[in-house]
Amino acid sequence: MVKINGKEHEAAGKTIAQLVLDGGYKPERVAVELNLDIVPKAKYNDTVVKDGDSVEIVGFVGGG
Amino acid sequence: MIPSKEEMFAALAERHGTDMQKKLSEASVAVCGLGGLGSNISIALARAGVGRLHIIDFDKVDISNLNRQQYFPDQLGIPKTEALEQTLSRIAPYCHITADTVKLTPDNIPSMLKDEKFICEAFDKADQKAMLVNTVLETYPDKYIVAGSGMAGTFSANLIHTRRVAGRFYLCGDEVNGVAEGEGLFASRVLVCAAHQAHMIIRLISGETEC
Repeated sequence: MVKINGKEHEAAGKTIAQLVLDGGYKPERVAVELNLDIVPKAKYNDTVVKDGDSVEIVGFVGGG
Repeated sequence: MIPSKEEMFAALAERHGTDMQKKLSEASVAVCGLGGLGSNISIALARAGVGRLHIIDFDKVDISNLNRQQYFPDQLGIPKTEALEQTLSRIAPYCHITADTVKLTPDNIPSMLKDEKFICEAFDKADQKAMLVNTVLETYPDKYIVAGSGMAGTFSANLIHTRRVAGRFYLCGDEVNGVAEGEGLFASRVLVCAAHQAHMIIRLISGETEC
């Protein structure tokens, strides 16, 4: 199981890019941490999550 | 006649404690975007006695800003950097202010933000917020970034919170209610978020890393 924003999901083997899309986020509006480290945008397509990983996807909304 | 630098420090130290005031006066903070969040964050930090503020925005003061941003009708049309520097200099005459009227991009962020340990994300647009947070975290292993997301509408002020997303990345706001969803921005609610961001910066300066 992979923990995504605090909830367990059957997501092992998926890329960060897939998790972002599965979550309904717009890729240009997110920051993603994998096991507390930032995932560089350029690596979303080839960073694969495995069981035990913890992923935090922050989707920004506008206003300031 | 304005007070001397020593008098100002003493007055702040009496309220905040001398050790804390030394930390604040030695701190450097960059505020990226000087709208409703950034103008209010800058003022809170200047009032606390932060020694160096780096204020950055490419835009000019517009009449549509006056509902929530710390500008005045007689400042319409001038760069926000210039307008805010005027105000900050009145509040904290001995604060060292660096003002840059530029648009931050992945290309110039590494050079523009190299000197400040603490960075406030205070942009308006969601993709620009993400760009700044990603670029800072990817570029600098030792800097802290405090971002704002979700402060639009008349929803409860109590929904706005601070959380430590991971390591050096803190997020303030309700994380849900954006202007894109058709909600307007009110000074009261934007200030709650700005205060969360400024306060997290002050806690980080004090050495406290939890929210």
